[in-house]
Amino acid sequence: MNGLTTRFERGLDAPICLTWELTYACNLACVHCLSSSGRRDPRELTTAQCEAVLDELQRMQVFYVNIGGGEPTVRRDFWHLLDYATERGVGVKFSTNGSRIDPDAAARLVSTEYVDVQISLDGATAEVNDRVRGPGSHETALTAMRNLSDAGFRDFKLSVVVTRENVDQLDRFKELADEHGAQLRLTRLRPSGRGAYVWDELHPTADQQRELYEWLILHGETVLTGDSFFHLSAFGEPLPGLNLCGAGRVVCLIDPVGDVYACPFAIHDEFLAGNVLRDGGFERVWAGSELFRELREPQSAGACGSCGLYDACRGGCMAAKFFTGLPLEGPDPECVLGNAEEALRQRPGPGPRPSPDHSRPRILNGSPAASLRV
Amino acid sequence: MGFDSGRAWRLSPQVAIRPEGFGALAYHYGSRRLSFLKSSELRDLVLSIGDHPSAGEAIAAGGIPDGQRERYESALATLADSGMIVAAGRAS
Ligand code: SF4
Ligand code: SF4
Repeated sequence: MNGLTTRFERGLDAPICLTWELTYACNLACVHCLSSSGRRDPRELTTAQCEAVLDELQRMQVFYVNIGGGEPTVRRDFWHLLDYATERGVGVKFSTNGSRIDPDAAARLVSTEYVDVQISLDGATAEVNDRVRGPGSHETALTAMRNLSDAGFRDFKLSVVVTRENVDQLDRFKELADEHGAQLRLTRLRPSGRGAYVWDELHPTADQQRELYEWLILHGETVLTGDSFFHLSAFGEPLPGLNLCGAGRVVCLIDPVGDVYACPFAIHDEFLAGNVLRDGGFERVWAGSELFRELREPQSAGACGSCGLYDACRGGCMAAKFFTGLPLEGPDPECVLGNAEEALRQRPGPGPRPSPDHSRPRILNGSPAASLRV
Repeated sequence: MGFDSGRAWRLSPQVAIRPEGFGALAYHYGSRRLSFLKSSELRDLVLSIGDHPSAGEAIAAGGIPDGQRERYESALATLADSGMIVAAGRAS
């Protein structure tokens, strides 16, 4: 383990991977939504409160913020907040399903280097994508990509959650990105939010994990992965990207009502550090929360402690363990040695469910996994 | 672009630097790359490099011991490669 990893595990003065979900409202209802979005929460931060958060991020010298949701562009003050951030030197990468990225929006976005756009797409074909993201969503995303590309936006991101159903389309995703002058970003399906209901049937199989690892090694730094796949580094050489769990140390989430969680994939009371309104602002929570202080202490490797691959894999993703009901100190549910399989089989029931759930009612009634079958 | 410590360099206007306990983080808004300045000496050197007529003089003025000059020069070369510092007088 190198010195920088240690530094990161002890936490930084400000996050380097801060996600801010602006709203729980969304015009889609993806089965695996990590934030269980759907309906707006009446307590969502006002424009003035959002501006105050951005003022703080500027003071803390947060280089950029990953804006998501829900669908962030449905907020009426979205464009205003975008300008407000970039005028203060806080870069914005925002994730969108593309529904509002018309030619005018694309032209506006291309005009500042402080803004980056991530279009979400979970199937290279409509058939695979729309089963997860809903009818018409493939066409919507491709139209947005065309608009960005036509406006001359270079290197925007095509963001794909890797699943059992699309893992054999990686080459096609790469081609799609290349054709549009975009960069491919692959992320891990985590059992967070509504993802908890579909993880068992959608997460890549052990064989697919191996193929994915080899594909990632082959493509190196041309494909972005954030901290998604460091648990696969245990297959051999480390993958490019952040090779540790940065939750509460370099990673953090501000949710639409101002609650601060250790990680965007850990929306649960267990990982709630505070609230930007009630606890005196984001910086106070980041620097002072007891939860974050604990996360920045050396962590026990538990059952992974005796594994020779621990230095590479670090026991994997905390959120993936938590939401599959596995102990936090111990192997990742997708441990490449299969060391979690027994524990997964013996789970008495489903793991913990996300605390706030803003799914629209038809999703709350029963498992949204059912919609996969249509 | 090679790195010539005999000429003047400056911090790219597209770069922001945030001090951290280990030194600093540098972020390039154009390439969206994050770099690590792994000591406070390197951080100070990068922040002051534009005030000196050459990178070599900046290193000398930074109180960096002779034995370590090469290490700092190669760190600057890496930063030049990624566009974090740019040759003064040239467009970024
Ligand atoms: S909990 Fe998982 S997703 Fe969150 S920072 Fe850790 S590794 Fe990344
Ligand atoms: S046992 Fe733990 S450290 Fe070893 S490969 Fe599995 S998850 Fe990683």
